[in-house]
Amino acid sequence: MGPVNVRDLRVAAPPTLSFSVLERVGIFDTYTATELEPVGVVYVASNPRGVSHVDVAPDPDTFEADFWRHFGRPVRRGKVPAAALRALEAGRTTGFDVDLRGVGDFHREALTAARHIPRGEVRSYSWVAREIHRERAVRAVGSAMAQNPIPLLIPCHRVVRNDGRIGEYGLGGPDVKRRLLRHEGLEPAELERLAARGVRLLGSDTTRISCLPSCHHARRTAPRHLVEFASTDAARAAGYRACKHCRPFE
Amino acid sequence: MTDELCALLAEDLETAFPTLVRTHQDAVFATALRCSGGWHDAEDLAQETFVRAHRSLLGWEAQRIRELRPRAWLCTIVVNLARNRARDAGRRPRVVAFDDARAHAADPPRGPEAWAERSEQRGQLSAALATLPAAHREAIVLRHVAGLGYAEIAQALGAPVGTVKAQVHRGLRTLAEVLRAQGLTLEEVS
Repeated sequence: MGPVNVRDLRVAAPPTLSFSVLERVGIFDTYTATELEPVGVVYVASNPRGVSHVDVAPDPDTFEADFWRHFGRPVRRGKVPAAALRALEAGRTTGFDVDLRGVGDFHREALTAARHIPRGEVRSYSWVAREIHRERAVRAVGSAMAQNPIPLLIPCHRVVRNDGRIGEYGLGGPDVKRRLLRHEGLEPAELERLAARGVRLLGSDTTRISCLPSCHHARRTAPRHLVEFASTDAARAAGYRACKHCRPFE
Repeated sequence: MTDELCALLAEDLETAFPTLVRTHQDAVFATALRCSGGWHDAEDLAQETFVRAHRSLLGWEAQRIRELRPRAWLCTIVVNLARNRARDAGRRPRVVAFDDARAHAADPPRGPEAWAERSEQRGQLSAALATLPAAHREAIVLRHVAGLGYAEIAQALGAPVGTVKAQVHRGLRTLAEVLRAQGLTLEEVS
């Protein structure tokens, strides 16, 4: 038999220890599940700082286990702010607090910018990058959206590719993203067709204002007054200013 | 020198506390296990340690938290709790060797295998440790299981550094003798 070492007396704590400790000292989030058109059953977790997580899961156990793995604190069934649930139902993204601890500064800024994209409209990754004065960090915006801990309430489904294509979606893939946008009154296929034809901006020849195609100002412009632009430069050269609502360019 | 974690604890306890638990739970649990009656008692002691630590931190000034040496502090709590429990039970610390085989049968480990005590040798080692006088056992556990420095151990046990060193040294010598009688060699440790 080989020698023994006194350090062999070291053991790792059972995995239940930290979970029990945090529950006992009150460091845990609470969650509820709600049926949401068109996503399905959505789990919403919060703590006194705000909504911390939104996710889909096959069952509550999976959601709880994923939450523990991702956030390192327990989550238990309980109350979440009614304002957040109402907002979820209505596609609103304000009127409640969010807890973005554990999200880095850059990602937090990108998510905060995305939070203000109105229902039924989309913006591109580079638009978000420009909003936070990090024009070149387009890919980083992409990963901020991909790692959004609070999808739907921070509407990363309203952030699409720069070329107008729908792009990826963490909460169930591009199909769910499409359905969500359609549910908000936007037809993604129409936007994609415009983009495929090389149209990046729409202007109104009466106001001489140019908008992103999904901007509600562009969408209520009468077709006979609608002007198409392939780039912001083209719009600018034609003497069109940027819409103050969708801010297509500086 | 401020521990980075302590700076975070001082700044935002609720956010940093889970990290404190994760960082030091192995040392705390192992110390609890070696100073108590077994796996179940150890879990209980370790939980209680962190719960008390949290309560203390809630009431402390930021400066006091920043100056904390967390592992030494937590292990001190464990040792004191173990002592108090033993005393409340009205007898000498009833440290029973943790029986690996039986524990497996009763509570099969589901997590990483690392936290299971498997080998028979290790069972003999923990049995031998349990035969030591409490002071020697505690000193050895804090030094070689929790990995504290002698100054920290001295503070934890309320004894001079020289005494603590002697306790570790003598304890290890006794441990080696007990094991030798069973045909096992105890490796030298620094």
